[in-house]
Amino acid sequence: MSDSYLLPNDRVLRYSFRERLMHWVAGLSYLYLLISGLAFWSPWLFGLSAITGGPTISRILHPWVGLIFTFGVLWMYGVWSKQMRSTPRDKEWWRSVRHYIRNEDGQVPDEERFNAGQKLLFWGFFWCGIVLLLTGLVLWVPNWIPWSLRFLRLIAIILHPIAALLTIGLFMIHVYMGTAVERGAFGSVIRGDVSRKWAARYHRLWYEQILRQSATKE
Amino acid sequence: MSLANLEVRRISGHAATVPGAGLKRDLEVAKLVDTTTCIGCKACEVACMEWNGLTYSDTTFQNSYQTMPETTFNFWNLIKFNEYEPEDGGNLMLLMRKDQCMHCEEPGCLIACPSDGAIVQYANGIVDFQQDECIGCGYCITGCPFNIPKLSPQSQKVFKCTLCVDRVSEGLEPACIKACPTGCLHFGTKDEMKELGETRAKQLREQSGFAHAGVYDPSGVGGTHVLYVLHDATNPEAYGGLPRNPHVPWTVWLWKKPLKWIGNLALAGGLIGMFVHYLRFGPKTVEEDHEEPKEGKQP
Repeated sequence: MSDSYLLPNDRVLRYSFRERLMHWVAGLSYLYLLISGLAFWSPWLFGLSAITGGPTISRILHPWVGLIFTFGVLWMYGVWSKQMRSTPRDKEWWRSVRHYIRNEDGQVPDEERFNAGQKLLFWGFFWCGIVLLLTGLVLWVPNWIPWSLRFLRLIAIILHPIAALLTIGLFMIHVYMGTAVERGAFGSVIRGDVSRKWAARYHRLWYEQILRQSATKE
Repeated sequence: MSLANLEVRRISGHAATVPGAGLKRDLEVAKLVDTTTCIGCKACEVACMEWNGLTYSDTTFQNSYQTMPETTFNFWNLIKFNEYEPEDGGNLMLLMRKDQCMHCEEPGCLIACPSDGAIVQYANGIVDFQQDECIGCGYCITGCPFNIPKLSPQSQKVFKCTLCVDRVSEGLEPACIKACPTGCLHFGTKDEMKELGETRAKQLREQSGFAHAGVYDPSGVGGTHVLYVLHDATNPEAYGGLPRNPHVPWTVWLWKKPLKWIGNLALAGGLIGMFVHYLRFGPKTVEEDHEEPKEGKQP
């Protein structure tokens, strides 16, 4: 975890500038895709396209922003995929997820830099992102798909919304956890740092590792 | 085209009720195309371009009389030619079918369209695109079982046969019908056209030796407002790829019906669930702790 280290005033750097930047490249592009995509999803939400530039502009920009989002997701994959690997500890975490949900964090196993829920978010977005990219390319230029390859369009038109809905589920939990529930988490992805207490509470193994690293340095 | 003169039955991507639905009495109209008396003169192709003011574009040689491989955004009416050798060793037949929008009763394009009011179905059965409202997404291209809607590369809007809705709403027959020199094209109410077609099919069966002659009015899309009389109704594919059992693609149906409701309930449920969770459990806080490794720092 070379991206993390101790800071003055009992703070710990949780996310480096590079990590924060790539998070927001993916996050803001996803927000655009979400709003414009929901407009195309249901007549009841069609009015949302006014936020993203009007219906026609939304249709034109949605695929391009999708490419930016893909870039963000692949960047994250490059930086985080190793840290996101599943460990036996994650299974224990899932077994006690009930306590995590009820804010009984004392009964939740200590976690490394990312807990099992965050790993699910990462891999969910990664694999859904791949599906969204491939089906999105087909939906981008339906008029280029010849009649003989029509099945591609028919597959894309059902897989794209399914994958999108799965990411929306993950996204809602992610935003709720990151802003409302886990106080301090949002600041960590904006300014990069968290308090030592926060680090010890939510990602103790990671925090202890940083302490060891800084001890050996000194 | 004109929303003013015709009663609207259905509107694409429309959340509220259809204005004025059921207000007036409208007869359902239909075209009848008798492929057995078509001579392939293409007068209908020309009349379509003339009346609708479509631009000319290069045609491609197809090794046959056919003008181009398929209809395009500015060529809505295409005679499809097929040199057909019957499997039972009968005479070679030159099959000619006027291809255009079928104006389905259950239109896959309208069902797939996300844009409010871009596709309307009038009470008389005509399915019409309103390019003002079209966003160019191309979902209609995927929804159509007949390969009809085509995107214009210039305007990025989708175009197709309007069944000359502007003429029909003024009490005129479509331009293609007007131009047909053999009388193989007919226009009238759906009931009349169906009856006329069945009469002709009966004649073909009884007097011309076409035992399988029949009318093409596929039930998979709820029937169409363009009907064909075929020499062999059991083999529509021979007529330039007329689908045997066209229907709204099942993935489109799955997407627009069950998935949409499951998805919407899940989204609403998720939002409500999070709100209730917050009321019940509130935020996780680290202020009052929970032991923490002391680093020798005192307040």
